Amino acid sequence: MQKLLQQAVTRYTWSVLLLSLCLIALCGFGASKLYFRGDYKIFFGHSNPQLLAFESMQKTFNKNDNIGIVVAPEDGDVFTAENLTLLWNLTEDAWQIPYSSRVDSITNFQHTQAEQDDLLVEPLVLEPEELDAEKLQHVKQVALNEPVLLKKLISEAGDVAMVNITVQLPDKVDQTAEVQEIVSFTRDLVKKYQNQYPTAQFRLIGVVMMNNGFYEESQKDASSLIPGMFVAIILMLALLLRSVTATLCTLLIIIVSNVTTLGIAGWAGYYLSTATVNVPIIVMTLAVADCVHIASSMLFDMQQGSTKADAIKHSLRLNMKPVFITSITTAIGFLTFNFSDVPPLQDLGNLVALGVVFAWIFSITLFPALLMMLPIKVKPQSNQKNGAMEKFAEWVIKQQKTLLIVMGIVIIGGTALTPLNSVNDIPLEYFDTSLKFRQDNDFMQARLSGMTLIDLELDSERASGVNSPQFLEMAEDFSNWVRSQSELDHLATLTDIFKRLNKNMHGDDDSWYRLPEQQDLAAQYLLMYEMSLPYGLDLNNQLNIDKSAMRMTLTLKNLGSHELTGFEQKIRDWFTTHYPEQKIEMSSVALMFAHIGERNMASMLLGTSVAAILISVLLIFALKDLRLGLISLIPNLAPAGIGFGLWALYNGNINLGLSVVTSMCLGIVVDDTVHFLSKYQYSRRQGNNAEDAIRYAFSSVGRALWITTLVLFVGFMVLTLSAFTLNSYLGLLTAVIILLALVVDFLFLPAFLLLLDKRVYQEGNSHA
Amino acid sequence: MLNLKRITASLLLVAALVISPLSLADDAAKGLEIAKERKARDAGWGSSESDTLMVLRDAQGNESVRAIRAKALEVKGDGDKSLTVFDQPADVKGTAFLSFSHIEDADEQWLYLPAIKRVKRISSNNKSGPFMSSEFAYEDMSSFELAKYKFNYLRDEKLNGLDCFVVEATPTDRFSGYTKIISWIDKQHYRVMKNEFYDRKKALLKTMTMSDYQLYLDKYWRPKRLDVINHQTGKSTSLIVKQINFNVDLDDNDFNKNSLKRVR
Repeated sequence: MQKLLQQAVTRYTWSVLLLSLCLIALCGFGASKLYFRGDYKIFFGHSNPQLLAFESMQKTFNKNDNIGIVVAPEDGDVFTAENLTLLWNLTEDAWQIPYSSRVDSITNFQHTQAEQDDLLVEPLVLEPEELDAEKLQHVKQVALNEPVLLKKLISEAGDVAMVNITVQLPDKVDQTAEVQEIVSFTRDLVKKYQNQYPTAQFRLIGVVMMNNGFYEESQKDASSLIPGMFVAIILMLALLLRSVTATLCTLLIIIVSNVTTLGIAGWAGYYLSTATVNVPIIVMTLAVADCVHIASSMLFDMQQGSTKADAIKHSLRLNMKPVFITSITTAIGFLTFNFSDVPPLQDLGNLVALGVVFAWIFSITLFPALLMMLPIKVKPQSNQKNGAMEKFAEWVIKQQKTLLIVMGIVIIGGTALTPLNSVNDIPLEYFDTSLKFRQDNDFMQARLSGMTLIDLELDSERASGVNSPQFLEMAEDFSNWVRSQSELDHLATLTDIFKRLNKNMHGDDDSWYRLPEQQDLAAQYLLMYEMSLPYGLDLNNQLNIDKSAMRMTLTLKNLGSHELTGFEQKIRDWFTTHYPEQKIEMSSVALMFAHIGERNMASMLLGTSVAAILISVLLIFALKDLRLGLISLIPNLAPAGIGFGLWALYNGNINLGLSVVTSMCLGIVVDDTVHFLSKYQYSRRQGNNAEDAIRYAFSSVGRALWITTLVLFVGFMVLTLSAFTLNSYLGLLTAVIILLALVVDFLFLPAFLLLLDKRVYQEGNSHA
Repeated sequence: MLNLKRITASLLLVAALVISPLSLADDAAKGLEIAKERKARDAGWGSSESDTLMVLRDAQGNESVRAIRAKALEVKGDGDKSLTVFDQPADVKGTAFLSFSHIEDADEQWLYLPAIKRVKRISSNNKSGPFMSSEFAYEDMSSFELAKYKFNYLRDEKLNGLDCFVVEATPTDRFSGYTKIISWIDKQHYRVMKNEFYDRKKALLKTMTMSDYQLYLDKYWRPKRLDVINHQTGKSTSLIVKQINFNVDLDDNDFNKNSLKRVR
């Protein structure tokens, strides 16, 4: 088989080229079917319980996806004629935003008051022309005392206001086009107002903006990181291989591996997302390693005077097995992403695994065929030993005890720090602080209110049940309790409306600001109020159709995912204690993310264990040596341990992106161990002792390991340039772990082998 | 070649400029004619009494039923008067709603609340708002008056095998929730078969279909069923007329604030 391949690439070069081209063209065409999807829902599988609860609640009540325009006038007072006119106009214009179904602001707030014996329901600012000093005072007094508005649509200081637009995105999987339509319209609208009011600040927030952020930033990543990666790789290859042809061939392999992978992805119906947009970068990085090994062996032989065909054949013979094993282990590492609950991470794992397999296939077929065809000039060089590696080997052998102790402490100490990390998934924090979207949200949090929402459904389990005095009392009880919690910024509850109506119906007498005490009274007040509300400002977002259930919306300060699920539990506990019979349901985008982080971490721990076991078993079989296989476990696992330990000191938050780092790194760092151990084993079987075997391993693969580590390190460091912390954290930690793996392989593994591997090897059976 | 194209284009442009205002005016006139005929064919029905079920559905398919009784009175030279009594849900039973539609001025509305035995006036700039949390807005329920719209004939079209005029009506009142309503009106009897409502941002908001038309007093066609579906929220409402009687003994005295309190 191996012979056949070697002959094929050297003798039937053209056929190999043609066959490869056909395969690439056939697969690659599918890439045209790829599309970008940017919304938060991609992170959740179809059967995710939080997503199901969320969608069910959205269907019972109206959907409440939103885009908010936060307005901060320079003079710090919203309640001037000029600023209220701005808000009034903006509120009116906001109805033109595509897919909008509702617009809420302090100006169109449906203010109720008693007028003689009637109930007057009217926008707080009916016409901007009516804004005289007296009316301004009235508007300010109402707005800053109205629980519906305060810290939701107007800040406590009265200096920042928000126009909140609820949109009804159509029920379909990919809403990217609609989201963009909304955002571009809203941006134009804001630009118009910015020109008119140059000193005021306008900020855009909300779920729609978040979806748009996911989309825009992944596109930016694709268009800036991938070219950046190309440049980095060309520079490195040129520097390390010092051959134009070999560099060119490697680049071609990288390109065709990607084209084929993305093409198959397209055929298979994959889409590009925040996560999968990194596939090309990771595949590039991994494909380089295969080619570097093959090219450098060939170049070395040619320097020694071999013919090109012989050099290629020899290189293939030498590298076939290690390249195969390292590709397989890397693919296994990525395939265990399928344990994750997050579809884009599964996609990322599968596509990179596919890419790794193609990179392997092309690097042992197309790559040698190309090298065969293109002219290569090599200056003959005498066989000079690489002095640095040998000196380094001597030093390691000499310092083995010290190294064993120091590295032992580093490994144990680093790994011991890992529990200091905690799972934390806050969608907002996926966006770097350099991004406008993040800055707008941070502004909103500092000046108006938090961004974290929880929708709470209280179900009375009978038609018209929300009007019953017992139910209302329960809801009021809960409202009072939750308002006393420090996490809460705002609560939208129907009980406030009931109390206000009761007061209005008693001639605006403040002592009647309390719940109606009979069911029919509550029902009829509510009916009258509902019948007074104009289009888009009804109560359908707070009541279900048979009025058996109400939805409260809690706006919380920004919480970590642990604190958020903790707060959710606190609410459940409150009901269990006070109203154990009450049926409640909670859902929101923030809750979905808070839960997915923990669910995903649990399943990825399993995935990582599977990866560790599979890869170790594979290694034992590949080395045909149980003891070496077991010894390799430490250098394979320790880098991730130290890496996460350092992470705990540096950041300590584990998001979705980081949950897959261990499996991925395991598949990659194992390559170093494979190369090092196979050379060590080869030398031992030649009858050398452990020290000599280590010298041999260093001199034969030391430099190649340096090179591949450097390439991988740079490749993953490119990801840190992403403005998505999902990607940049993943890139940073992986790069660090890959570097640590080299440190462990160079400083710890030799000392560890000297300590444990004192047996005498059987001679013979010596293919390295 | 190029010149020829340019000349043709200019000629077409000139032709379009000359013809289009004329045809636009024609379409407006034809639209108004159709609306007038529709109004004329329904004139003279006098008064009626009906029992109706209103079925609300959310996007999940959950249903909630409301039962209402309505009395209606035709007013010569002005909009109609109506009095609606709610029988179901139980906690609003006996609540009664009185409405005077007007051609020129805003409609007038009162609500009687049996729990406090008082009549409350309801402001009229809510005409775009939902009627009893349904997908029907007030303005969908009030009487059809020519002065409330500008009309424009669009085209002829078959709907469910019936030859129809398709007419666009643009509300003149700024409190309306719609920018336009497109109606399919059957050519034979001038009955509205379907309405499409476009919201303030000119997007399709909902579709109302009328079905099961019955002939009363040998002259007046009334649908026994109206279905409204909101395309944006997925919610829908059906209005099912259980029974309707004409020529009932009703006059102005049955439609005032005092009569509100008397209804049971």
